[in-house]
Amino acid sequence: MSSRRQKKQLGKEHLQRIIDLCRSTEERGIDPFVVDVDSILAIIHEYFPKWKNPEELCLDAEAVHQVASAIKFQSEWVKHRSTSLYTDPFLIEEKLRKLSKEEVGTIFLKSWHPIVELEQISHNSLMEATRYWQNLMPLDERWQKTEGLQVKTGTMTREELLKQQIIAEKEFSKVLETFWQELKQKMMDNEKIEYWDFIGAKTYEETVRRAYLTSFLVTYGYATLEVDRLEEIVYIRPYKTPIPTVGNVQAISLPIPVSFENWKNWREGVKD
Amino acid sequence: MKKKTYYATKLKRVAHLLFFKRHRKPGVRGWELKKRLGADYPKILALLNSYLEKLDLQVKTVFEEGTPSERPTVAQLDRARFYITLRGGLTPKETKMMGWRIDDIAGLAIAIATIIAKKGKASRGDVEGLLRDKLPGWRVNVNIDRYIRAGYIDQDEKGQLYLDWRTRAEIDEKTLVDLLITK
Repeated sequence: MSSRRQKKQLGKEHLQRIIDLCRSTEERGIDPFVVDVDSILAIIHEYFPKWKNPEELCLDAEAVHQVASAIKFQSEWVKHRSTSLYTDPFLIEEKLRKLSKEEVGTIFLKSWHPIVELEQISHNSLMEATRYWQNLMPLDERWQKTEGLQVKTGTMTREELLKQQIIAEKEFSKVLETFWQELKQKMMDNEKIEYWDFIGAKTYEETVRRAYLTSFLVTYGYATLEVDRLEEIVYIRPYKTPIPTVGNVQAISLPIPVSFENWKNWREGVKD
Repeated sequence: MKKKTYYATKLKRVAHLLFFKRHRKPGVRGWELKKRLGADYPKILALLNSYLEKLDLQVKTVFEEGTPSERPTVAQLDRARFYITLRGGLTPKETKMMGWRIDDIAGLAIAIATIIAKKGKASRGDVEGLLRDKLPGWRVNVNIDRYIRAGYIDQDEKGQLYLDWRTRAEIDEKTLVDLLITK
């Protein structure tokens, strides 16, 4: 009894694997001939007499359906390979990677014949517009319906507004200016300072805040980042005067993780 | 009506039908032309095509079931869609006037060529990966969505990309692949 149940379970697993295989060949676009239709049909045929309940029969039907799809996919694969459009996808990918975008664009223009079309107002769209205006309520009626919620007015203190972060203690640009001055002072005679030596603070929260402000210093042209790829060290170099970001220069994002672990390591390094 | 006048009138009518967009998508179906022009609409289309040649334009026929290897049947022509397209190519300067930058064009070429190479179906992830080599990261998705909206490619619920109606109407797929390979 138990061995029969085990065999049934094994059969279900087999069918599920067949379904997954057929689906994956189609979805991933791999060679559909990895599906050995003859042996798969033999497996389906072998287990078929064992299925009794609707759930098992549905699984069997799904497996047959997927095999049929795989055969269709095989036929399309053969058809495509026999057409003049067939080219090794890897070859095309390599070509696309190697060619510059100007070259790809120029090639495309030789095979592109855009549609010539004129858009104009049609009888239908005029009718639709008329219906819209006819159904639109007069302005005074619409305004009556859009009454806002009436809330009693009250007063708030500056401290409360600060607490709720509705207003900032200092204007952000002033905060940034102060921070930039601090960076310049830290330079002493040097031209640049290690990123972590500048943003690192006694608490992790303060470190994150300094990293956040530093990102704005760089974005707004108050300073720049330099990366020593060999040593994997990031330096920050302040400008004497802010350099406005130039529109035609491609900005590069430099992700620098400021995790708690990084901060702890930096602190330990400082203590040493 | 004299034969010459008959064709001149039909020629005007077919030009109006094909140039002015009357549905959501441009182009006119064969059966629609048959209804408006009569059963000899293929002949009138051929006349229009030779007339448009001087203007570097052409009548493009897009068959529903792919280009037939032999002479198309009446049924195939009735189901086909007809468009007016440019006969020759465009210069990069002209594409700028149409609102296409060279990197948008390159991106479209990459997306279409990848789908063709992968038998008409490629995962969005694969296309995005190739586009990232040529376009800034933030523009990759924006551009793919733009190509989908324009009707060049289509996406199914599994994130697979396919060629859509505009590619079939505007792009000579074979020339594109051949030029890429021989470059």
